[in-house]
Amino acid sequence: MEKQIESQGLSRRKFLKVGGGITFLVTAVGLPALVFKKGEIGESKQISAWVHLASDGTVTIYNPASEMGQGTMTALAAIFAEEMDADWSKVKIEDAPVEPEIYGIGWGGERGGSMLTVGSRSVSGHYNNLRQSGAQARYVLLSAVAEKWGVDRKELKTDSGLVFHPKSNKKITYGEIVEFVKIPESVPEIPDSELKNPKDFKLIGKDYQRYDIPFKVDGSAIYSGDIHVPNMVYAAIVRSPVNGTQPELKNETAIKNIKGVLDLVSLNHGIGVVASNMETALKAKAMMEITWKGDPKAKSHNSQDAYEEYEALSKSSKTGSIVTQSGDLNRELPKAQKTIRADYKNDYIYHAQMEPLNAVAHVKADSAEVWVGTQASDGTRNDVANHLGLDFKAVNLHTCYLGGGFGRRSMTDFVIEAVDISKAVNLPVKLQWTREDDLQYGAFRPISLQKLEAGIDQNGNINSWKHVVIGTGGGLLGSGADIPFYDIPNKLIEVRNIDHGVRTKHWRAVGHGPNKFAIETFVDEIALEQKKDPYQLRRELMKNHPRELAVLDKVADMAKWDSPVQEGRARGIAFAERSGSLAAGVCEISLDRSTGKIKVHKIWGSLDGGVVVHPANAKYQMEGSLVMGLSSVLFESITFKEGQVEQSNFYDYPILRMEDAPEEIILEIIPSTEKPTGIGEAGLPFMGAIISNAFAALTGKRLRHMPFTPEKVLEILSS
Amino acid sequence: MQYAFILNGKPVQVTAEEDANLLWTLRERLKLTGTKFGCGVSLCGSCIVHIDGKPVKSCITPLSQAVGKKVTTIEGLSDDKSHPLQVAWIEEQVPQCGYCQSGQIMQAAALLAENPNPNREEIIKHMNGVLCRCGTYLRILKAIEKTAQKV
Repeated sequence: MEKQIESQGLSRRKFLKVGGGITFLVTAVGLPALVFKKGEIGESKQISAWVHLASDGTVTIYNPASEMGQGTMTALAAIFAEEMDADWSKVKIEDAPVEPEIYGIGWGGERGGSMLTVGSRSVSGHYNNLRQSGAQARYVLLSAVAEKWGVDRKELKTDSGLVFHPKSNKKITYGEIVEFVKIPESVPEIPDSELKNPKDFKLIGKDYQRYDIPFKVDGSAIYSGDIHVPNMVYAAIVRSPVNGTQPELKNETAIKNIKGVLDLVSLNHGIGVVASNMETALKAKAMMEITWKGDPKAKSHNSQDAYEEYEALSKSSKTGSIVTQSGDLNRELPKAQKTIRADYKNDYIYHAQMEPLNAVAHVKADSAEVWVGTQASDGTRNDVANHLGLDFKAVNLHTCYLGGGFGRRSMTDFVIEAVDISKAVNLPVKLQWTREDDLQYGAFRPISLQKLEAGIDQNGNINSWKHVVIGTGGGLLGSGADIPFYDIPNKLIEVRNIDHGVRTKHWRAVGHGPNKFAIETFVDEIALEQKKDPYQLRRELMKNHPRELAVLDKVADMAKWDSPVQEGRARGIAFAERSGSLAAGVCEISLDRSTGKIKVHKIWGSLDGGVVVHPANAKYQMEGSLVMGLSSVLFESITFKEGQVEQSNFYDYPILRMEDAPEEIILEIIPSTEKPTGIGEAGLPFMGAIISNAFAALTGKRLRHMPFTPEKVLEILSS
Repeated sequence: MQYAFILNGKPVQVTAEEDANLLWTLRERLKLTGTKFGCGVSLCGSCIVHIDGKPVKSCITPLSQAVGKKVTTIEGLSDDKSHPLQVAWIEEQVPQCGYCQSGQIMQAAALLAENPNPNREEIIKHMNGVLCRCGTYLRILKAIEKTAQKV
């Protein structure tokens, strides 16, 4: 079978094309030169682009994705180690070099796309490639042993870092193979039939610890701000308070005279100060007096007025971009027996990753070196190279741990700033954003108004569904607006956009947060209006979608949905998909009616993520995303006044604290043999709706504008 | 200016400006980078270290306040991740991005040093000022409770 495949054309050329990732591919893109130089090899060898094997048995696997807390550096290595049959206790994980030709993935999971860690796509995107690459590494080892022992490769078996030949009872460790392993001229694509049978998996779907955690309990994990380079200087920047305005520094001499200030660097959007130490850079930044020039679009943006602008746009006869259209809504909706309408709103929110943006850059005459925690490693390399007019290969990018990303760190604005300043002063520079910089020069999850309308037919069924999302941020608005799992014959889902000239960006789960809030709250409103149980209404709507139904049923079962709730408490339920994963949640809340504070006691969550590579971590990602989601739902709001962000730090942009965390979070993953889907955001989208739905069950009043701050709650209660 | 203090059990001398700050001295002058910068104004706790056993926000602490005192950072909590909280943190797999965790552990260590067996309410009250964005609070709570039971 395998021979046949080889003869069918897994030639070197084809192999290169499919990007199997072994030897010649490695040399082709110039990975460490030590690999194939005999005599310089020392005690270890790189046996494919993905793995380095040492004679003591240490297996170093390259991590192709950014590690920002989601834990995929462990899961990805586990997939590879599974098929290589490596001894997990001897596995080390290092970041892969920035070589998207090898380590990148396309949106369909094809090899050679980008090394962009977004959209919960790392495990789902790399799954097949890493199984294949791991199996190929195993093939290389088996071939070497077969030749050495003069036996048929197919008679050899492996077991966690050991090759053995049952017929002769010979065995050898992977580490011992290093001495004689040769990389074959061609390595075949291993057919699926020769990959591990999932029932033999030792890692995939099993319990194992995260690789990064020990480094995160003693301060030894390295984030980019932790980097020190000889002769490094420190930089801070005052950036335009209104996006698009340009700076004019009024007190240049005074700033330059501050002891320790080395230089000032003018940028389009701000002024950088370079100093011999961090304190001086930050002090000088605070002392700069700047006049901001220009009259950009953002200057006229007042976010509290935006909802009126959206309302007006919703009445325009001009259609926006259509997310989904089916049946004939314009014909059917007017014929409905009953029409139900509701509007939902959500303010801008900020990423608030705990590590404020920072980067270290050293621009030299014809090269650049950059240290950064980024979600876009090749994108950063490319942007830096293009910005400086350098070849990609002249940019040496060192990836670091990210102190949170959530979408903010897939932008490269902060890296380009560090590069500009380093170039200007001709020294290595550590650029540090303050929290205020990070917040006020943020790029936010867009504000939106969501107008929903449902037509109920004479049988009490939802016959028509109209959902118009109106907001800013263009393409960020539509994600999650579709509801393919709810069988409603006539649907029109549409996005309308107004550009306010302010910065917006993907924020964990993107549009799914606001859109699922609106959709799933609206379903609840329809249920109450129709005197139906909201869980049962969803069951009816998704009766032809067994996977979705199973997830919903699971969470209802876990939460004992039909059982009575403790006095003073109520439950809410919702369903949401994200990145292919299906999730449902139930929460139990109570309310302090004097302060307006909502207390979340329990959250139950169910998840179908296909094959789950690292279940313990998958659950933890779901826990994290629903806690972060809860934070956004209860507390978070960015407002603009004349284009300027009104908040500045955690005192006026509070995020959830320990006292507001749910008392208990109970999660279950539904076993599946379907292909893996993205898990890192799946717990977030349903959060707005479960809280709003529980609140309605508790009070009979409806929260339709996120965040549900105590002030808003009190206002709703007294309405 | 010269500043002398005991850092993680060893005497250190630092030459720095008059307005030198403890956080940036630890991170940039002494290259002990486990202590993190999060907000700069004592609102998040990523920068927590101990001075004479008490938790302080190093981001707002002038270096002069450390003079003659014992400063302990996450690097000095143990040599080998063996502090009971570090052990519990690994067992419970607490960190996600990890950035706030030095501050979390240092804050928790100060609590247990003073009150070896805090109840849940006391833990929450003590830990409430240390922010985490990844949603690790329940595991932090569990790790502290577990450690408290052992102590």
